[in-house]
Amino acid sequence: MKESSSDASSLIRVENLTVAFGAEKVVEDLSFSVRSGQTLAIVGESGSGKSVTSLSILRLADISGAHYLGGRILFESTKGEQDLLALSQQEMRAIRGKEIAMIFQEPMTSLNPVFTIGDQIAEVLQLHEGMARKEALAEGVKLLKMVRLADAESIIGRYPHQLSGGMRQRVMIAMALACRPKLLIADEPTTALDVTIQAQILAILRDLKDSLDMGIIFITHDMGVVAEMADDVVVMRKGHKVEEQPVEAIFTNPQHLYTQTLLSAVPKLGAMNGEDFPKRLPVSVYDEAGAHTEGELRVQNTANYEAAPLVRVEDLVVRFNVKKNFLGRPTHRVHAVEEISLDIYPGETLALVGESGSGKSTIGRTIQQLQESQAGNITFNGKRFADMGRGEKRALRQKIQYIFQDPYASLDPRKTVGFSIAEPIRTHGILHDQELIEKRVSELLDRVGLSASHGRRYPHEFSGGQRQRICIARALASDPELIIADEALSALDVSVQAQIINLFMDLQEERGLSYLFISHDMAVVEQISHRVAVLYLGQIVEFGSRRQVFENPTHSYTQNLLAAVPIADPHQRIMMAINEADIPSPIRAVGNEPARLSHREVAPGHLVANQ
Amino acid sequence: MAGFIVKRMLQAIFATLIVTLLVSYAIRLTGDPALMLTQGAGSITEADLARIREALGVNRPFLVQYFEFLRGMVTFDFGKSFLGGTSVGLLIKGALPSTLVLAFWSMLVSIMISIPLGITAAVHRNKMVDQVIRVFSLVGLSFPNFWLAIMLVLVFSITWNLLPPSGMVGSLSYIMPSVTMGIILTATNVRLVRTTMLETLNAQYIMVARAKGLSERKVLYKHALRNCAIPLITYLGLQFGGLLGGIVVIERVFNWPGMGTLAFDAVGARDYPVLQATIMVLSLMIILVNLAVDIIYGLVDPRIRTE
Repeated sequence: MKESSSDASSLIRVENLTVAFGAEKVVEDLSFSVRSGQTLAIVGESGSGKSVTSLSILRLADISGAHYLGGRILFESTKGEQDLLALSQQEMRAIRGKEIAMIFQEPMTSLNPVFTIGDQIAEVLQLHEGMARKEALAEGVKLLKMVRLADAESIIGRYPHQLSGGMRQRVMIAMALACRPKLLIADEPTTALDVTIQAQILAILRDLKDSLDMGIIFITHDMGVVAEMADDVVVMRKGHKVEEQPVEAIFTNPQHLYTQTLLSAVPKLGAMNGEDFPKRLPVSVYDEAGAHTEGELRVQNTANYEAAPLVRVEDLVVRFNVKKNFLGRPTHRVHAVEEISLDIYPGETLALVGESGSGKSTIGRTIQQLQESQAGNITFNGKRFADMGRGEKRALRQKIQYIFQDPYASLDPRKTVGFSIAEPIRTHGILHDQELIEKRVSELLDRVGLSASHGRRYPHEFSGGQRQRICIARALASDPELIIADEALSALDVSVQAQIINLFMDLQEERGLSYLFISHDMAVVEQISHRVAVLYLGQIVEFGSRRQVFENPTHSYTQNLLAAVPIADPHQRIMMAINEADIPSPIRAVGNEPARLSHREVAPGHLVANQ
Repeated sequence: MAGFIVKRMLQAIFATLIVTLLVSYAIRLTGDPALMLTQGAGSITEADLARIREALGVNRPFLVQYFEFLRGMVTFDFGKSFLGGTSVGLLIKGALPSTLVLAFWSMLVSIMISIPLGITAAVHRNKMVDQVIRVFSLVGLSFPNFWLAIMLVLVFSITWNLLPPSGMVGSLSYIMPSVTMGIILTATNVRLVRTTMLETLNAQYIMVARAKGLSERKVLYKHALRNCAIPLITYLGLQFGGLLGGIVVIERVFNWPGMGTLAFDAVGARDYPVLQATIMVLSLMIILVNLAVDIIYGLVDPRIRTE
């Protein structure tokens, strides 16, 4: 392996770092360096050791029981060069937050809910800069303005739950930068955010890196974000560095087979231009034996628009009461879904895309009868929900299955996966004979790419991708006609994601399944769906075939959404003005009804809301 | 917030009515105060008993007696004890402060011990310290409180002669009863603190607090503890009821002139006015404490306050 460039100008040099938890080495012989003003991206999938690396630099991995078996982390601190691994926790505390700061993945849980934003920012300044509280709060306002939060004076006195995810992540950045650290570690800072908010946060980080002359270690699994942010890239796999190159070279000339397969698995927005139908693409798989390609290329022409629609949603309205007054009358409501109409045809994949608060999940939950609607009709196979009896509604649960984002949370940890898969077969009384049920479970496991013997194991024994396969097997168990996949791929690594996409497409081809595919990932949607509905604050702003929406986005919101998606190509960086305001909220006072959008047809089947 | 408090007040009044009604009715099923008063007095005729009942007013219909009691509640006139005719109000005025002071110290002792121990156990999860703390908490849960009280008396009063064995005589006499109650409460509280702390320590904001460079002490006692407050306060509020129940026993052992002793004697004598009033006051205390808990929620958790 090539030695890292260890020139004297390095801000931090990690040399041959090996970190273990117990007997298991999670990082092995890792070396890299970062200069001031440089952004180094560390890329890898789950289990690559990238987060442990960042926590080791701050020596926070110690708290979870990490041992440093070898190597040095040389940091150019104000006291001269120090080996961070040789420092005591007390000495590290003078460096944490002051010279090296960190931003974490989950903005929703990164801030302490019981303290004001101001106090949490001031705390760092009081600790490291010896400021008085009043002085620190004044500095806090400046910092919030630096991260482009409008209304900083009022935000300083608010509590975290009063801010949106994007605002909280800006606060986190302000907090991390309070003492003007030399090095910023950002661990998946935008993964939990909507794309337009992500674009804002990335722009702010890039901007501040230059003005403060920081080094940044940017940890991510998203190649699009890498292309967006990085100067140099370290690719990690299973605790090892497999490749290190400048960002251009990583994308144009990846050396290691793993990097190549990783890049090939990333769905690229615009890759499907000129195609009428979604496409099943071969997947490159990398394992110890090397890389090989699985599956064939196939055009997914499964949607049957001649038939009657399987599901018809007409003028659906779903609202939730969120605030009540003294007498218990609602004063504020979430307008989750506002008069939405759409059809799903047999064999079709209809994608619902939009950002948080757009109502996309609520539509899915209402069709699955997990949520009551306030108005409108849903028709399944020509029969309205409203006309169905209890028995029919129960039977419908068999025909419509749901797959959730978190495959771990949706499997009972105390039951074998075989039991979980057999459960819908038993509850819907599809099979009664124990032997036949077992046979069916084995077939299903086999169909989703697992083996029959896996049925006797428990969910914690499987990886995230395998668990999602189990959830798919369970969904198939009751022989459904519609599967609602709600962000079903979002928690998976890209290489696994590509395999699951193909599984979805194969099952559709075999069984003529319809999918309602709910996602915020535009590139995946472009690959998998026949038609796309773009939602904004509970209403459809654009609706059409995949090709119409992606190749000719007509509504300004669709255009913004597509423009904000980071492309895995360092030459196509997003150029976006930093927006100081936050996205509007679907919460409204009672009586303050949102204006209904009217639509025009710009091409056959391509509906766009009038602006 | 004001609406919320009014609602809770109404609930509290309703709960008090139900409790007193049940208690007043139930105690009348258990025995005749006239018989109790005349026990061992030799030749008592049925006419004598009837006269006594007449004098005590217990021959009237139950509801009449109950409404009289309710009227007394509003006018702060709880009537007179069947024993010696002392004003019930005076009896309670004498006993209530001793019990509340004892309850306060017990709670304080328990909080002072259980919070640091619980946090220590959580921080050193599954290590030796944690195991030791958990074993001791199990031991504390398992033995009866009066046994602990007797042991303390044996050691500190009889063997070493350091503390007064019983009665409320000077500040030293508070130590053993409060410690006895405190330790019993601590046994459960340690476990509660440990569990809520474990959950909180996994939160992302704890990692963030550490990444700021804060000392471990600040991370635990400022950032983590405040977030544990809601479940802890809820539990302490509920525990207050159990505490008052436990105090009845402890007061007997230490001969403490509090509500417990008062209630105990009143049960023995079927002294309806005293018993009704003590139970009403105790249940009112419990209801008030839980009302206070609801208000404190808002103070410690901005998510509730700003709703």
